[in-house]
Amino acid sequence: MDGAALERALTRMAHEIVEHNPEPESLAFIGIRTHGVPLARRLARKVGSILQCEFPIGQLDINMHRDDLSLRGLPPKVGPSDITFDVTGKDIILVDDVLFTGRTIRAAMDEISDFGRPRKIQLASLVDRGHRELPIRPDYVGKNVPTAPQDRVLVRLAEIDGKDEVVIER
Amino acid sequence: MNALVIKNGRVIDPANNVDEVRDLFVVDAKIASAPAPGADALDATGKFVTPGLIDMHVHLREPGRSDKETIETGTRCAARGGFSSVVCMPNTTPAADNTGTIAFITQRAAAAGCVHVFPTGAITKELKGEELAPIGSLKKAGVVAITDDGRCVQNNELMRRAVEYAKMFNLPVLDHCQDYNLVADGVMNEGHWSVALGLRGWPAIGEDVIVARNILIAEQMGWHIHCQHVSSARSVELIREAKKRGIKISGEACPHHFTLTDAALKNYDTNCKMNPPVRTDRDRDAILAGLGDGTIEIIASDHAPHCSYEKEVEFDVAPFGIIGLETELALALELVRNRVLSIRSLVEKFTVNPARLLRLKKGTLSVGADADITVIDPEREWTYDVARSASKSRNTPFAGWKLRGCATATIVNGKTAWRED
Amino acid sequence: MTATTWKHKDLLGIQELTAVEITEVLDTATAFKEVGDRAVKKVPSLRGKTMVNLFIEPSTRTRTSFELAAKRLSADVINIATTASSLVKGETLKDTALNLQALNTDIIVIRHSAAGAAHFLSRLLHASVINAGDGAHEHPTQALLDAFTIREKKGRIAGLNVTILGDILYSRVARSNIWLLTKLGAHVTLAGPSTLVPRVFEEFGCRVTHDIDEAICDADVINLLRIQHERQRQTMFPSIGEYTAMFGLNKERFARTKPDAMIMHPGPINRGVEIDSEIADCGRSVILEQVTNGLAVRMAVLFLCAGRRSAMEGAE
Repeated sequence: MDGAALERALTRMAHEIVEHNPEPESLAFIGIRTHGVPLARRLARKVGSILQCEFPIGQLDINMHRDDLSLRGLPPKVGPSDITFDVTGKDIILVDDVLFTGRTIRAAMDEISDFGRPRKIQLASLVDRGHRELPIRPDYVGKNVPTAPQDRVLVRLAEIDGKDEVVIER
Repeated sequence: MNALVIKNGRVIDPANNVDEVRDLFVVDAKIASAPAPGADALDATGKFVTPGLIDMHVHLREPGRSDKETIETGTRCAARGGFSSVVCMPNTTPAADNTGTIAFITQRAAAAGCVHVFPTGAITKELKGEELAPIGSLKKAGVVAITDDGRCVQNNELMRRAVEYAKMFNLPVLDHCQDYNLVADGVMNEGHWSVALGLRGWPAIGEDVIVARNILIAEQMGWHIHCQHVSSARSVELIREAKKRGIKISGEACPHHFTLTDAALKNYDTNCKMNPPVRTDRDRDAILAGLGDGTIEIIASDHAPHCSYEKEVEFDVAPFGIIGLETELALALELVRNRVLSIRSLVEKFTVNPARLLRLKKGTLSVGADADITVIDPEREWTYDVARSASKSRNTPFAGWKLRGCATATIVNGKTAWRED
Repeated sequence: MTATTWKHKDLLGIQELTAVEITEVLDTATAFKEVGDRAVKKVPSLRGKTMVNLFIEPSTRTRTSFELAAKRLSADVINIATTASSLVKGETLKDTALNLQALNTDIIVIRHSAAGAAHFLSRLLHASVINAGDGAHEHPTQALLDAFTIREKKGRIAGLNVTILGDILYSRVARSNIWLLTKLGAHVTLAGPSTLVPRVFEEFGCRVTHDIDEAICDADVINLLRIQHERQRQTMFPSIGEYTAMFGLNKERFARTKPDAMIMHPGPINRGVEIDSEIADCGRSVILEQVTNGLAVRMAVLFLCAGRRSAMEGAE
């Protein structure tokens, strides 16, 4: 995916979010660090410009909630989560760059419930590369990309990496 | 009839000014001038043949702590190490402050010991440093010196009287030099490493102060005080200066003090915890210099066995002491290899010098002398496998060390007490 | 996800850590500090793990801090407090530890009056061993939380003038702080009576002075140590009164410090001895924040060490 295709996908996802959320006052966006965060901001801005309002944006670091600590050689770098609004009663759009096994999303949902009790959580993922290990499915997808398990899917964003693109390393 | 010919060894007998390759003859437990017919032969080609070595600082732990060591196992260690005579310390339970304990030790040694055991008696009752032990009776019972080793008489007046009194019985006084107030609860040398490790320091001046008082008392009383296990550079200097003035003072060094430094404690290894502690490079170098110039005239091990469970505890509470009889000779031979000493001088420190101090009829290969002989292979490379030690205990910092030089036979009264297989 | 470089299953002291590793602990602690602000102050990272607080030397505050840190990580905690040492009749430290290992304890936090006790346990056990203070040797989590506090307030550690004041010779807090601050490039000054602050500490990269005014006038951070006049220290200085007069941080001395100099103390404070009561409570004192930060730092340490140990066991 190049930069233009990425933008178009996000725009389409934003319209889908509007279409499926008739009560937009309860919407809030939470991005999963690191690349989910700028994506969450962009989606929130796009939805906001469609509906002419602003939405709260939070960020989650899921490393404290991982279930695979014993499988990794070295402990992961953990960063702070930052959710300044009350999640209780909100319709959360959880945003990540790549949906793969689903374990990150599970950890994120666990962590969100530590902050409160949302009314609903919907998942928006820029890329769905398949190979789910848990019963998790996205509500909004930018692009479905078939991959082999050993492939690496890299999402680069202007805010972090200087440019927008999605590449597969086989 | 007991007859032995030790063939073709380099006989080193400083007492008789001998250092040459020749045969040595033993007949009826004495050194002889000619072989007896039918004598057993021991080939000593390429080896040193010396008078039986003497270790004048050994803890045999009997009576009272035969779980750590017995006279039987301790003397077996000595024989393996090349020592035909050991001098044992009085801090047994009960202490060797009475003739009964001395009699026990002497009898046990005769029954189960495989080398000569010379007991020392206490200076004070129960080593408490308060009242004199019955020194005259202890002399009659056969002690070769008096010492409170393990402890140190703090009361200078009492020490003075003890020395004055011992003089009457021709008993040298041996002293474990430690000022209790300066040392307090120190567990390792006070210095850079004790600070880094957070362990309480045992400052060198805690030893120097007592060496100094011993020099003054020896001078005043005109009698002999021997400073055991000298570990500090300043103590060496004090002894050197006093000897120049003709004072009857002497010093002994242990292999760990001339081999290790306090850096060895960086992992809190209790097998490196002893009293006095190993100190800095500077102290070690001073001891080497003292050995080289004759200031320190005796080498001894301070063999101090402790059960493994006693040492497998936090550093602060582990007992002080390491075994040493089996590694002593190899570590001492390093001094010759490193040109600190000539081989003759080394042999003196294990034979002539302790024999003279303690008035033992040992330490020579003169014709008619007791046939106590050590055969040494100075080049043999070996690894110290402490699991196979003859000691009951395993507390050594030298476990697994690659060493060079060892005894190959130890002969006591003309009979082989130990021989390598 | 990026990984840390943390390879230790134990935290025995600062001496074994590199500057990079220390920084990793502080960065990790930053994340865990945020957990304390949530409604649900818990994360599942150590769920199912068992931690034992083995406090042979008593301490309520450090023990509580470790207990809370472990519970916020969802671990199960057992507290064992005993004043027995190997000298007293009863089980040796070795046997106590092996018994705990037989219960499949994952982490043992040990505080003991003997230097080297944590090293001793780490040689014996598969569990993670965390040193909560061993005699006068080290108290690594204290130094880490002190460093966290300094970094949070001052933005850096390198180049700062840090003065540690008081009984340095017998202090594990002092030692751990000295190793950490010098590794991270701070300028460390030690001050106190010559009997408690001997010159040998200059061999470790510190400046040693016995003049308190000189020690604090340029300090960016002043870390005060507790002064005790117990039996073992009685020969070291004449009395608490003399110490307070010569070395206590009173109002007059405080007035001569830099306007932004920060005051720290590991606690518990002797009000009126090493520090004037009002100064302990003033705006430049971060003593209470140290406690809050201590919790975050200990969570980070437990997370990193237990994580490393799990990985090592998983790999076997």
